[in-house]
Amino acid sequence: MDPLQIAKMVEEKFAGQVLGTTTYAGQVAIMVKKEMIRDICLFLKDEPSLKMDHLADLTAVDYSTYPNDTGLRFEVVYNLISTEYHHRIRLKVRVPEEDPRVDTVSLIWQTANWHERETFDLMGIKFDGHPDLRRILLPEDWEGHPLRKEYPLKGY
Amino acid sequence: MGVVQNLFEDGYITTTVDGFLNYCRASSIWPMTFGLACCAIEMIQYYSAPQHDFDRFGTVPRPSPRQSDLLLVAGTLTKKMAPIVRRVYDQMPEPRYVIAMGSCAGSGGIFNTYSVVQGVDNIIPVDVYIPGCPPRPEALMNGIIKLQEKIKKEHYIRK
Repeated sequence: MDPLQIAKMVEEKFAGQVLGTTTYAGQVAIMVKKEMIRDICLFLKDEPSLKMDHLADLTAVDYSTYPNDTGLRFEVVYNLISTEYHHRIRLKVRVPEEDPRVDTVSLIWQTANWHERETFDLMGIKFDGHPDLRRILLPEDWEGHPLRKEYPLKGY
Repeated sequence: MGVVQNLFEDGYITTTVDGFLNYCRASSIWPMTFGLACCAIEMIQYYSAPQHDFDRFGTVPRPSPRQSDLLLVAGTLTKKMAPIVRRVYDQMPEPRYVIAMGSCAGSGGIFNTYSVVQGVDNIIPVDVYIPGCPPRPEALMNGIIKLQEKIKKEHYIRK
């Protein structure tokens, strides 16, 4: 299925949640609000014509030094693939800096467990409902989130 | 000063106890393989590939630090791994040696960042540094030979 059709299906089902669709080099990204992210992901996984059963990547972006950016600071990105139909889509969710929380999708795709732990470890975004949200790469007593833009390269 | 000083007829040689013991110790260095990152691949090549076979130097890799007398740190040491390296080094019986293989083990390499220890000699004392990224197996062989030369110069009995 064409990725733009998938974006249109999501837009029709969740009317107020989709903020826009961007296309770059044939790849389509849907910007959504963070409130119903779990329902959107369940729809993408369970809908028989979509069947996005593979979460390829879950990561975050820090836009604080991006030129001409007016949105919220962090953006959580989900890359979804369907192993049956071989189509892909990308979901982007903006998260504010004061309260960086998103619902977890680890109950939908098991691989999100470690991806969300890594995002929490390096960017500081908390995932509500995660069974075991703790640091995965850095030592447990590390302070700070190194992949944010203000963290110095050599640490403190 | 070689091992054999005098040769009388057949069957009698004289040497010093130090020289003989050092020769024995240098010819049977048993490394504990501590491959952390990409240098471990070159270390594996040195161990078991048919081109460079380290068994001819008498080295037999041991999986436990309690049975080994060389700690071959190969790869990047992160701050999360540092107390583990220290504990492994403390478990080795004396006399023990350490070889820091590669740029990352020697000085942190290109990773001058928040999570990398800048050289394993901040944690444990190192005898031989082998530069390279990664060093060729021949370079590791050269490092082992240099360690053998260092062992042969030690005063083992006479302190």
